[in-house]
Amino acid sequence: MSYQPIRFYQTGTFTVGNRLLPEAQRSVQSGRERTNSLNSGHRACQGCGEALGARYAIDAAMAATNRQLVAANATGCLEVFSTPYPETSWQIPWIHSLFGNAAAVGTGIAAALRVQGKRDVRVVAQGGDGGTTDIGFGCLSGMFERNDDVLYICYDNEAYMNTGVQRSSATPPAARTNTTMPVGESTGARFGQGKNLPLIAMAHEIPYVATATVAELRDLEAKVRRAMEFRGARYIHVLVPCPLGWGHGSAETIKMARLAQETALFPVFEAEHGEVTNVSKLRRQLPVEDYLKPQSRFAHLFKPPGHADLIARIQALADRNVQRFGLVDAAEDAQ
Amino acid sequence: MLKQVEGSAAVAEAIALCRPQVICAYPISPQTHIVEALGRRVDAGELAPCEFINVESEFAAMSVAIGASATGARAYTATASQGLLFMAEAVYNAAGLGLPIVMTVANRAIGAPINIWNDHTDALSQRDCGWLQLFAEDNQEALDLHIQAFRLAEELSLPVMVCMDGFILTHAYERVDMPTQAQVDSYLPPYEPRQVLDPADPVSIGAMVGPEAFMEVRYLAHAKQQQALELIPAWADEFRRVFGRPSGGLVHEYRTSDADVIVVALGSVLGTIKDTVDMMRDEGLKIGVLGITCFRPWPAAAVRNSLQQAKRVVVLEKSLAVGMGGIVGNNVSASFSGSPDRVHTVIAGLGGRSITRGSLRRVFEQALADSLEPLTFLDLDRALVDRVLERERVQRRSGPIAEGILKDLGVVAAKLG
Repeated sequence: MSYQPIRFYQTGTFTVGNRLLPEAQRSVQSGRERTNSLNSGHRACQGCGEALGARYAIDAAMAATNRQLVAANATGCLEVFSTPYPETSWQIPWIHSLFGNAAAVGTGIAAALRVQGKRDVRVVAQGGDGGTTDIGFGCLSGMFERNDDVLYICYDNEAYMNTGVQRSSATPPAARTNTTMPVGESTGARFGQGKNLPLIAMAHEIPYVATATVAELRDLEAKVRRAMEFRGARYIHVLVPCPLGWGHGSAETIKMARLAQETALFPVFEAEHGEVTNVSKLRRQLPVEDYLKPQSRFAHLFKPPGHADLIARIQALADRNVQRFGLVDAAEDAQ
Repeated sequence: MLKQVEGSAAVAEAIALCRPQVICAYPISPQTHIVEALGRRVDAGELAPCEFINVESEFAAMSVAIGASATGARAYTATASQGLLFMAEAVYNAAGLGLPIVMTVANRAIGAPINIWNDHTDALSQRDCGWLQLFAEDNQEALDLHIQAFRLAEELSLPVMVCMDGFILTHAYERVDMPTQAQVDSYLPPYEPRQVLDPADPVSIGAMVGPEAFMEVRYLAHAKQQQALELIPAWADEFRRVFGRPSGGLVHEYRTSDADVIVVALGSVLGTIKDTVDMMRDEGLKIGVLGITCFRPWPAAAVRNSLQQAKRVVVLEKSLAVGMGGIVGNNVSASFSGSPDRVHTVIAGLGGRSITRGSLRRVFEQALADSLEPLTFLDLDRALVDRVLERERVQRRSGPIAEGILKDLGVVAAKLG
């Protein structure tokens, strides 16, 4: 019988969840040591970007801290779907107190750990965009300003999804939500509103601020690891598409996150002490229509006769991000 | 050791003796001197290891205390009035999570109209939040109750609110007997929580509980408060043994044994009431006093027992359930085994109005003569309110009540409207 050796020609590539890479290059999530901090069995929707982002972020934080981690969680989807009493998906010490106080609870945990001399135990506070940019904003700003030793992670799906898709201060202009319906003269969420929380975090001059998306999970892991190299207040803002609220297929979560980045509507960068230190460049900036069209929350922009003017305004926002963060290198742009 | 100090300084020193580990501070009058004094001690390194955190709101103060307590630290904060209302959501949360946080409430009125002076409407607005609520009669008791509060909180795994009258106690210089560190240490062992946020033994705290178990959780909160009714006197007895003086407990009786009329009250006004009662006793009038030290849990049996023989009960309270009457009065009526129409409520001292012996004597004499109304507002300017009410019968206006009075009086500010 003839013998033919099998060639693993994909060895050394990022396929099959990085498992064909040398151990040192593998992602936390593909490693045998991954902690499954947010374990299976939770009640998140199919294709939930937040569940994906939280699992990667917290597992990376566990890896970075040698599993010495405590988490405080704001009220919201992540809290509700992970802890339906008497069950819990969390494999780490975890507390949920209120919608608007996750950052302050994190401060309290950090203070207690300091008093107890547990310098190696680190604290993560986390919440959705509503719990971060709106109701939890006061506590978050206070935590930043005091430079408390807490990493705050915002999983941004751009609206109050847990209560049934209402506008938050992270909802993008023209998006349809149940409180910004495109009816009558209205064309969805208004232009000129909303908060850019990563920039607000930078204005506090905290040691580390980063943005990430669930399209680049290794990048998210790296940023969580980087954040854990600092002491003091740190902030990571992760874009997590929501199939329910955005109106895209549940298999298209990663694609939507990637399009948000590649249209430059969501700039991905790092900043230290108030200065941008690293930007994820775009090889080619895609037109915003590529991102808007597949989402039913923007469907009204494309219904005849269409809203070319609004799409142009959204394109201008993307172009401003390109300028502001230097997302496209001039040399590559020319090619 | 005997000292002549401000009430806030006495409380701060008592808190310091309790070895707090995390103190959250947000300024609001009249509790500010307490946290200022503690901040100085922490900064001087006298309380190490202890963290003093200047937070951005009362809501954050309680939230930081929640995080610290859930991680196993002895946590303390202080507030008053609007601050207590602003943190209300976290106040309920701390109780629901069973966290033994101790908080001073320097009792103060609630606006509008804004008013910084003393009454009890702030603390009583939170009467159903699940915290134990203890009311101090004087600065010695305020100091003592804080020490007992930590013991009770940690024994029961419940938060405790120690209420002391704003300005009347917090800013009054009185002689207090300051315990030694050894005494406090023997009464209050280090905090050993049964469940904490610890990577060595991960737990999830604060899950979403649905209809299938929520009733049971609430019932157990109630049952725990009922247990407190036994523990509070027990720990007050232990306090007397260690510190050599009586303090705390559920209620204090004063000259009630043969009294026809018993006056029920909370806090510092008990001093003025007792002076008035002493004067009336000297004249042979049968009147006594029941001081409520523990408002939550409500000591129904103790109140019933104390009031059993009284023909009339006068509840004198610095609080008002608007649209209903007395808050304390309602609680007393519910536990008084005699006819409810023998309970008279006197609303007094709202927003810091002085409660004088003369005014007290007037209503007490009416009670003895069976001529006291079921609900009385002590020293109310009847002519003023009647004028406003008369105008409103003719023409209703929208707008703030206080400024509406000015309009009636025709003073300058009214012309703005």
